[in-house]
Amino acid sequence: MTHHPLLFTEAEWDFAALDRVYRAIEDIALNELKLDIYPNQIEVISSEQMLDAYSSLAMPLMYSHWSFGKLFAREAALYRAGYSALAYEIVINSSPCISYLLEENTMTMQTLVIAHAAFGHNHFFKNNYLFRQWTNAEGILDYLAFAKGYMAACEERYGRDEVEAILDSAHALMDQGVFRYNRPPRPSRDRVLEKHRKRHEYEEEAYSELWRTLPAGVAPPSAPPVPDTEDDDDEMKLPEENLLYFLEKHSPTLRAWQRETLRIVRTMAQYFYPQKQTKVMNEGCATFVHHAIMNRLYDKGLIGEGALLEFLHSHTSVVFQPEFGDKRYGGINPYALGYGMMADIRRICEQPTDEDREWCPAFAGNPDYMTVLKDAWANYRDESFIGQFLSPKLMRDFRLFALHDRAADPAYQVSAIHNERGYRAVRATLAAQYDIGSAEADIQVVEADLKGDRQLLLHHRMHRGIPLHEPTKSRVLAHVERLWGHDVELEEIDDEN
Amino acid sequence: MTQFIDRRLNPKGKSLANRQRFLRRARAQIREAVQKSLKDAAVADVEKDRKIRISTKGTREPRFRLDPRQGGDRDFVLPGNKDYVAGDEIAKPKSGDGGQKGKQAADYAEGEDDFEFTMTQEEILDIFFEDLELPNLVRTTLKETPNRAWKRAGITTAGSPTQINLVRTMRNSFGRRLALKRPGLTDIERLQEELETSERDDRPTEERSSRIAALKEELARAQAKRKWVAFVDPVDVRFNAFTEQPVPTSQAVMFCLMDVSGSMGEREKDLAKRFYMLLHLFLKRRYAKVDIVFIRHTHDAQEVEEQEFFYSRQSGGTIVSTALEKMLDIQRERYATADWNIYAAQASDGYTQSGDARRCVEMLSNDIMPLCQYFAYIEILDEREMEVFASEDSGAELWRAYRTIAAAWPNFATKRISKPADIFPVFRELFGKAEALA
Repeated sequence: MTHHPLLFTEAEWDFAALDRVYRAIEDIALNELKLDIYPNQIEVISSEQMLDAYSSLAMPLMYSHWSFGKLFAREAALYRAGYSALAYEIVINSSPCISYLLEENTMTMQTLVIAHAAFGHNHFFKNNYLFRQWTNAEGILDYLAFAKGYMAACEERYGRDEVEAILDSAHALMDQGVFRYNRPPRPSRDRVLEKHRKRHEYEEEAYSELWRTLPAGVAPPSAPPVPDTEDDDDEMKLPEENLLYFLEKHSPTLRAWQRETLRIVRTMAQYFYPQKQTKVMNEGCATFVHHAIMNRLYDKGLIGEGALLEFLHSHTSVVFQPEFGDKRYGGINPYALGYGMMADIRRICEQPTDEDREWCPAFAGNPDYMTVLKDAWANYRDESFIGQFLSPKLMRDFRLFALHDRAADPAYQVSAIHNERGYRAVRATLAAQYDIGSAEADIQVVEADLKGDRQLLLHHRMHRGIPLHEPTKSRVLAHVERLWGHDVELEEIDDEN
Repeated sequence: MTQFIDRRLNPKGKSLANRQRFLRRARAQIREAVQKSLKDAAVADVEKDRKIRISTKGTREPRFRLDPRQGGDRDFVLPGNKDYVAGDEIAKPKSGDGGQKGKQAADYAEGEDDFEFTMTQEEILDIFFEDLELPNLVRTTLKETPNRAWKRAGITTAGSPTQINLVRTMRNSFGRRLALKRPGLTDIERLQEELETSERDDRPTEERSSRIAALKEELARAQAKRKWVAFVDPVDVRFNAFTEQPVPTSQAVMFCLMDVSGSMGEREKDLAKRFYMLLHLFLKRRYAKVDIVFIRHTHDAQEVEEQEFFYSRQSGGTIVSTALEKMLDIQRERYATADWNIYAAQASDGYTQSGDARRCVEMLSNDIMPLCQYFAYIEILDEREMEVFASEDSGAELWRAYRTIAAAWPNFATKRISKPADIFPVFRELFGKAEALA
């Protein structure tokens, strides 16, 4: 082994050291692990800025709304009281991929975080099919800038209360504001041009000689951009699962800027939709990558033993899975499960047992575990990944067991445990647990009586007979009524039984 | 191409707009919480950052969510099996939903529980003032940081051109010119004149031509020297220096007098407390140091701690003059008028033993008012009494007696109040004076 000098020896970081570390990590990530990433943009921020970022859905730009202020106040109180530590990093699915590093991190932690976020998450964002199909990494920052400006212009023009009311209602329907199965039509090039032309026309119309009398440097109030008209076929297609889309297109009472507001909120919802479905994989991928890179850095003699130990301490606490009765238990830790499964895939490739050959014939003993992992990262989401790759060994390690819960019964029933008879059932149950389709309420618009009394009829198609939470249901319905402007009825349909 | 960007110096308060919107949204809950919190606060503590606990009613963010406890069935997986085998039963916990991950997420999305956050003193004061219905101008006066003024602090070598000190600069310049023997304009003129006369002389001799050459050389040297040695050089320039210093303000003592006999209930004390808080806030703007003395009285008076002042009860009759006596004693003992500005604020429900009012008037006009900057008296009534005593002229004995003092002393204020918004007018003149001074 050749002896490089260490990349850093001090706990304090500086920009020169960050740069050395970045280049060393890049070398390993691109040339050894062969990751495929967006260009990186790494920003160092203070703890207050980290709280800022938390409270705007971890986006660098966001329109203003009280709910973000509430989130900030809550997070800040928890943080100051010492109940919660701040995340070491936040990473944004955009191109360039923006990672935030907290200034309080030690040099070792900065190294870990760069490997984790700027390479691990970055690779996942760029390659996973959900992100590729559903989000537009190049456009998101521009879109956010547009949204922020648009909402601010609306506040100025229509008043804060009006805007706040619409945003409140739209936020209440965010979970029902995504297309789950088919992608909405993208605006064609001609339509984009048409939009620009219309906007230009509007600005000309709105031009007033009076603005010329403003002193230099004072910009006249900007006109709110003309709302999109790209897919305004008036034909109503029912049933419709995307409530925000439906209300945007067909609500009889909304004004143009209100429709545009709904559009902004559902665009955000759609942007976050892949992240919800890939928590385990995304964190698993990033954790696996940082683990591999940190160990390689040590093997190459680029970081010292102290740094390695500090990294391992942090790593093990990140992938710690408390047992279900533990007071620290807060559900299955996505870092633990994701990293566990990916490390297990590597083991199955490198040292397969007979059991592995039986359960995972497709890749047990495959000499190139990175190809297997990259294929998984690219083509699966949590549900399908667990259904396909969770091995009996890992189920034993986690001591997973499945429970059956009938609301009417006083007790849960253990339906399967980590043994020969139970593996398949446990795996299937866990996979289903990560299926957003069954974890979230399936609500659709089924009828809108535009010619008659304008009543809107929604159906909640119950999955296995589970009803909606009653108090929140009525509150959300009040929001739907505000957006629709007339009566709204919600029926809960149980057609499975 | 990777870039590291240092964002730490970016302007702070990016989420300020969101915070303002949140405070506005939760206004009703926050007001309630602030009032409650101020009730327990010390008079001098209004101006502090303060933790507030509010209910999330009004800031709910509802979403549709499933409620598996109400019906249907489901399966889920837990880690950490100990010794269960298939077919075992586990009793459901009484509350919560079995430790499923839904719980945390649900609380988060729904936010039914109270939550706590810190409000800055500015935000607290806004709410405090809103209740008291202070005019805006006064609000700004009160929220201002203590007066500071720019004071001369000698001379510096760096500064802005507007603060150049010409006298000093020219003195330095003159000294330097002298030391370096910079030829003056008169020297040059003298040389030129001499040169001209020499040249005009049309009898060229050896001696004269060498004289001319010498003169020319001397002139050239002088002119060059004037160029090297500038008239005003940067090293001469001096600027007036200023530093910001707090305006020296003297100290004040604030006497809080209150009747604590049985007739003063919770509501009356709460109103009185706000009255004291406001006076204290105001005094703190004007004086670097403000002492507070709490004197409570029934049929006799005692100096007490703040806690006792507001929260303990005493039985007995009501003799107001005892409190005034106590105040005078304390003032003589500890607060000499030469060093202290004296303010007094008295709260009462207006009852006193008959005959005592005359004694109060005597003490006030002979001993107290000459010492006091300001004496404010509030009589706390309930709404019904307020209607009965609609006219300023009618009232109980003490009120009528105090009216005569108010007529004689401009720095004596009286007012009847029954709700927080009535408090401010008591101080109107006081603030009016401050505005006139500002």
